[in-house]
Amino acid sequence: MNPQYQYDIFVIGGGSGGLTVVDEAQMLGKRVGLADYIKPSPHGTQWGTGGTCPNVGCIPKKLMHMTALIGEIRHELTATGWQGIDPHSNHDWNTLVNEVQRQVKGINKANDDWLVTTNGITYYNKLGKLKDDHTIELIDKDGQSGFVTAEYIVIAVGSRPSFPNDIPNVKQLTITSDDLFSLKKAPGKTLVVGASYVALECAGFLTGLGYDVTVMVRSILLRGFDQEMAERIGEFMKIQGTKFIRGTIPNSIEDVEGKRLVKWLLNGQEQSDVYDTVLLAIGRSADTQNLGLEQVGVQTNKESGKIIANESDLTSVPNIFAIGDCVQGRLELTPTAIMCGKRLIKRLYSNGNQVMEYSDVSTTVFTPLEYGCVGYSEEAAVKKFGRENLKIFTSEFTPLFWNFANRKGTCYAKLIVKKDDDIVIGFHYLGPDAAEVTQGFGVVIKLKAKKNDLDNVVGIHPSVAEEIVQMQTWK
Amino acid sequence: MDVEQEYDLFVIGGGSGGLACAKQAAKLGAKVALADFVKPSPLGTKWGLGGTCVNVGCIPKKLMHFAATLGELRHDQVEAGWIDTQVDSKHNWEKMVENVNNHIRKLNFGYKNQLLKEDVKYYNKLAELIDANTIKLTDNKGQIETVRAKTILVAVGGRPSYPDNIPNIQNLVITSDDLFWLQENPGKTLVIGASYVALECGGFLHGIGNEVAIMVRSILLRGFDQEMAEKIGLYMEEKGIRFIKGSVPDMIEATEDNKRKVTWIINGQKQEEIFDTVLVATGRVSDTQKLNLDKVGVKMNKSGKILCSADDKTSVANIYAIGDCVEGRPELTPTAIKCGQLLANRLYNNSTELMSYEFVATTVFTPLEYGCIGYSEEDAIKKFGEDKVTVYHSIFKPLEWNYFEMHSGESCFAKLIVLNDNRRVIGFHYLGPHAGEVTQGYAVAIKMGVTKEQFDSTVGIHPTCSEELVQVTAVKGIDDAQKEGC
Repeated sequence: MNPQYQYDIFVIGGGSGGLTVVDEAQMLGKRVGLADYIKPSPHGTQWGTGGTCPNVGCIPKKLMHMTALIGEIRHELTATGWQGIDPHSNHDWNTLVNEVQRQVKGINKANDDWLVTTNGITYYNKLGKLKDDHTIELIDKDGQSGFVTAEYIVIAVGSRPSFPNDIPNVKQLTITSDDLFSLKKAPGKTLVVGASYVALECAGFLTGLGYDVTVMVRSILLRGFDQEMAERIGEFMKIQGTKFIRGTIPNSIEDVEGKRLVKWLLNGQEQSDVYDTVLLAIGRSADTQNLGLEQVGVQTNKESGKIIANESDLTSVPNIFAIGDCVQGRLELTPTAIMCGKRLIKRLYSNGNQVMEYSDVSTTVFTPLEYGCVGYSEEAAVKKFGRENLKIFTSEFTPLFWNFANRKGTCYAKLIVKKDDDIVIGFHYLGPDAAEVTQGFGVVIKLKAKKNDLDNVVGIHPSVAEEIVQMQTWK
Repeated sequence: MDVEQEYDLFVIGGGSGGLACAKQAAKLGAKVALADFVKPSPLGTKWGLGGTCVNVGCIPKKLMHFAATLGELRHDQVEAGWIDTQVDSKHNWEKMVENVNNHIRKLNFGYKNQLLKEDVKYYNKLAELIDANTIKLTDNKGQIETVRAKTILVAVGGRPSYPDNIPNIQNLVITSDDLFWLQENPGKTLVIGASYVALECGGFLHGIGNEVAIMVRSILLRGFDQEMAEKIGLYMEEKGIRFIKGSVPDMIEATEDNKRKVTWIINGQKQEEIFDTVLVATGRVSDTQKLNLDKVGVKMNKSGKILCSADDKTSVANIYAIGDCVEGRPELTPTAIKCGQLLANRLYNNSTELMSYEFVATTVFTPLEYGCIGYSEEDAIKKFGEDKVTVYHSIFKPLEWNYFEMHSGESCFAKLIVLNDNRRVIGFHYLGPHAGEVTQGYAVAIKMGVTKEQFDSTVGIHPTCSEELVQVTAVKGIDDAQKEGC
């Protein structure tokens, strides 16, 4: 413990990564400070502790996605004998938002209680800003400043939704994921701009809840993901009723009697339509402006604003670390930020020597047809190893319940295998319960399993996951 | 009696194992025939090609379990804003059975087509061995024909067994043979037994709105991890299923209005109650009695299960047996299928690969589902010693359960059993939703010899139930299993 400083470690940003660092450090008896503050969205939306994931990310997203799914089971309910099921049941937005916010606030309260009552943690609901390499300025909502010092500083400020810079007044006329999960009024007829997983997930559940939804896509869906899977996701969403306008972006957005008139160019023709809501989901930017980074010497990528840190999470300033979404080259995921935070504290205080690894991380996209994946996309695998060196197994299948309830659409699984050593380098599953199916295979891929290892295992019957250990055809 | 056809392989029993072997053998060029015939249950229930799994097992069981789970989701629908969801609406048994039976018939038809496509000759006749190469086939009208085969495969599976202390029991009770084809709702039901069949059936019957009691002689799910079995039972009790523990029926009688009066003894006291239906699920017995195996020299154990070596050979050189009718095999469809395929490969493609029954993953579809791989805690401690294993455990609550507050926060549970010296995960136990989907991937890892550290270094997918398994840190006996929230 260095008496020169008030804190052994000070964390700016109380999200998935930041809270983990706080927890791990306090468990080792360190004096920990945390500053977490939400700058309101352009519409004034704010939230509590916990960061993006529990407030405006993973948690509310999954709750809304699950809500859409459990609405859809009306068909299965009828097929399995339940009576009085209205096939066109309507949904009340406010009931959902209130319920989601009840759960979110429960998480906020649990976090707050823990922060306030745990010895060794001092929590500031203030905006943190670097003054020098050991000093943090803390600014409250009235603009009052105070200063604290720390031996180590960890920046974990995450990111916020980006806005295009060529549409006048765009921040007032559109909403983002920052606003969607607490929207007081039902979104109505919605245009989702973007083709990220945020865009598709939101468009997906909004369609499932009964809204007229269109997705405007500049070029491809789910950039960075396996494109065959991305296209299948899009096709399934179309079957569900989501509309797509592909190959363009909005030219202008105007307020027309409270609604949104959007204009765009398609094949040289100007087109337009009026929506109740325009939801922007074109990407996220690191929340590193006004952090004092430049004056303290913490290097960032000038274009993206992301902090440059080495594999040990160290920035260009020797006692300042950065983890999570705000760092260049990291996956924008909660579980990686958490694991990274844990390993960082182990290295700082417990002779740990593991750095975070970002290869073969399993993830799931919670679109209407869910998509779980680990490892290489087909494009990345072909680029790295050459198509002739790969064997790509595929399986199109219909889950038992879909058959039973005469549901449209098929599920799909793909395994990318290297011919020389039979190792499975890419796992792709498109179907129900994708995250639950994928997680176990995440362990498997990390073990460098061979296709033969998967084939050797007896399936669990009846399940959808057993399809993966029974794949015999390749393309 | 014409002795006509001679086959390379004759398969007796068109269930999971029999069909898999027949198809694979035919694909490899063998001349194959298969005989499948369903002897009606004592109450007259019959079904088509496909065996237990398709007709009176896995498939209808899971569909009915699904129906029950869906019913529960209506409460979540309400909380999540779906208008007009009537949580009190009744369930229509007839509609469910009709749809389930239609689905099964599609599968029966599909299997017939598959056999046709693979050029396997299908006899819908009851087979009996005359000698090691001759099979007598009797159809439902009593017509007989005889065929010969170089190799015979017995894959006759099993049928429900009945307790032997109650007169006329076969006419007074139903079994799983009958349940999935019952034309009328069974009503207030007493389930006798504590097998997974008993608990799964009792579970979904309650889930669709029936009053259910389960009579258990001693423990639940014998052979399974007992901590998990207890938790499954507790969950079912909390849902409203009544357990009558420590007893077996003394007497079952039909009442005037065709209900069932059941008498039993508990703590020396006689108890009795009237049920609409009694469902017996006390075990299954190998269906080998009428096959004439004794005379042909195929050795069986006392309960009628055929004795086979690791390569599925019986005591008669050209007769093989696979699946539920063989001693020492897990009574599961996927193992029978794989075993059948591997046998065909060995017989007709020079393969030497034997079936392995180590670390087979399975799932029990009780109201709270249970997926498991490998050793139960008891078996691990018995085999290796208590000080040689470490048990990790975790209580968790799925995110979706937060909707409907009736979901208890303490029911879902995960347990990993780790061997201390090499840190291998030798037992995996998961109690929670989507257990089959969660468990499958881990089965591959465990068969590969995955360690606890390898589990822990896998990044979780968030938010899921499954990620709990790669984040279990609490050690049983030292730490509480309950964790903090997200």
